Amino acid sequence: MISTTSIPQREAQPFLPYPFTETQPPPHLVTQGAEALLYRTHFLTPSTAAALKARPSKPYRHPTLDARLTKQRVLAEARVLVKLSALASDPDNEVKVPAVFNLEWDAARKINGLTEDQRGARRTTAAGAWLLMEWIEGKSVKDLLREWDSWFMATGSTASPEEVQAQVEAVKRLLRRIGRAVGALHSKGGVVHGDLTTSNIMVRPATNSSTSNGSAAPTIDENAQADDMPARPPNFEGEIVLIDFGLATQSVQDEDRAVDLYVLERAFGSTHPRQEGQFDAEVLQSQEGYRGSYKGANVVLKRLEEVRLRGRKKSMIG
Amino acid sequence: MIAIGLEGSANKLGVGVILQPAKGGPAQILSNIRHTYVSPPGEGFLPKDTAKHHRAYVSTLVKRALAEAGVRLEDIDCICYTKGPGMGAPLQSVAVAARTLSLLWNKPLVGVNHCVGHIEMGREITGATNPVVLYVSGGNTQVIAYSSQRYRIFGEALDIAVGNCLDRFARTLNISNDPAPGYNIEQLAKRGKVLLDLPYAVKGMDCSFSGILARVDELAAQMRAGTLKDPVTGDAVTPEDLCFSLQETVYAMLVEITERAMAHVGSSQVLIVGGVGCNERLQEMMGIMAKDRGGSVYATDERFCIDNGIMIAHAGLLAYRTGFATALEESTCTQRFRTDDVHIAWRED
Repeated sequence: MISTTSIPQREAQPFLPYPFTETQPPPHLVTQGAEALLYRTHFLTPSTAAALKARPSKPYRHPTLDARLTKQRVLAEARVLVKLSALASDPDNEVKVPAVFNLEWDAARKINGLTEDQRGARRTTAAGAWLLMEWIEGKSVKDLLREWDSWFMATGSTASPEEVQAQVEAVKRLLRRIGRAVGALHSKGGVVHGDLTTSNIMVRPATNSSTSNGSAAPTIDENAQADDMPARPPNFEGEIVLIDFGLATQSVQDEDRAVDLYVLERAFGSTHPRQEGQFDAEVLQSQEGYRGSYKGANVVLKRLEEVRLRGRKKSMIG
Repeated sequence: MIAIGLEGSANKLGVGVILQPAKGGPAQILSNIRHTYVSPPGEGFLPKDTAKHHRAYVSTLVKRALAEAGVRLEDIDCICYTKGPGMGAPLQSVAVAARTLSLLWNKPLVGVNHCVGHIEMGREITGATNPVVLYVSGGNTQVIAYSSQRYRIFGEALDIAVGNCLDRFARTLNISNDPAPGYNIEQLAKRGKVLLDLPYAVKGMDCSFSGILARVDELAAQMRAGTLKDPVTGDAVTPEDLCFSLQETVYAMLVEITERAMAHVGSSQVLIVGGVGCNERLQEMMGIMAKDRGGSVYATDERFCIDNGIMIAHAGLLAYRTGFATALEESTCTQRFRTDDVHIAWRED
């Protein structure tokens, strides 16, 4: 799980496995979470940007348990991504994820038949696993909505009501597309994400996409009118890409899907108080959002009501 | 200011007297005594028998605590008792004792949340200012962090508590409950070598222990039947190995969810409280994790980790000093009382 919260500096060098220790230019550390570090690097050619998710081995765990968990998790994440990427050829597919380039579940393992010399730098690498993925250009929904908030704060009082209304509509369209993407993940993908937050939902600008089908991507013409504003409202154009499948599982259970939506709802509410009121109507209930995205969505939304009542937290005894 | 605290939410009956200097500064522990109801090996403690134990011992313990503290009745400002969470019958018997003392001595009552008692005592003893708290005991497994006058629960066990898992496995193996089943498991685990595969159930910042218990119980049955072999060497697996495997697995889960909460709130301090917090292997693992994050782990010994009266007195007195008191008519107790229900009026940050 990649957390965007900054954490205190570790004393030691951050974990970077072989062969990325040899990469030129060296990978750039983007963020550091509890379980993994995210680097920006490249794959095969310097022009192909790639995301490296490195999972260092946890020294507090028993080595056998650690090796088992690290391997299980990196493989589970890769399998989910590969499964979802395979949907890319489907013209109606609305769930986009980073493609998997390569992975290693034991960076420090010995390879039979290699001499010490041939093992080279691999010999000294720290234990852990890594997953190399396609780099997703664009911004996270979290950043986009934050930008929208600051635009609204700066110009909301001076902009014409029509202009504000148009921008509110643009946000609503974005929210509905998020609902559709999650719906496609659940139905076509058969996957629950496990950690849906607005930081894990990206908007990739349409220019970078070769597979844009244009069905759900609205264009925002209002930008032209906003030229004389102190800040321009953000551009929501592009395709929705889901990232960070570190906690994802393959499941088609209504309960798991409802909990997935509940996690997103809670995260959304605490991150974007201004848009919280629109979440239910746009992301979940709209026919262009989750409800309309697949046939079983009604049942899942019904279950979500139960999940909400139950809450995540039960009363404990003792 | 001086408070007396009565705790009896589970099988420990504790009475403590604490003094908090009016001008601030560290609290002084005037007395802190405990009497534990120990059930026979292979059995847990039943609410009825535990309540009977508490009723039988409470007046003796109060007298001893007062004598040991050397305070006069008129110096005591308030009587603090555990309002919950806990087992119903034991909680009630202690609440009755607290009410009786309140009427007898004409002192105000303060109902205290057991979990908040653990957290406040841990902070007082270790000096940790704003840590992520791992509260692990026979009844509770919670990862807690403070934010705007509440102790918020970031993650918790979705079914049984980690201590309950250990206690019940001790029953399976027929290990003694004296002094505590978890302590005896820890001693056995020190001699264990083989790590057997057990389920590992972490979901985000929550975790689950019932499946692990079911699996390790199964393995124990195979061990007794003589069919369980170490997959690598083929040697017979011992009870020590099972305890070792269980500890390594459940503590790795606890450290993992704590680390996640630390990354989430951006804290590098971690405080372990609750009975399972005495476990040295858990403290060691947590220490390695915290060091890796450039932080440190704070833990206390059995006097404060295991349920005690002093923590109730301490947390109760903190609340009392902000003007909080529980009227006699409202001096009830409850089995369900969440940590985040309590308004932490005494913290300003």
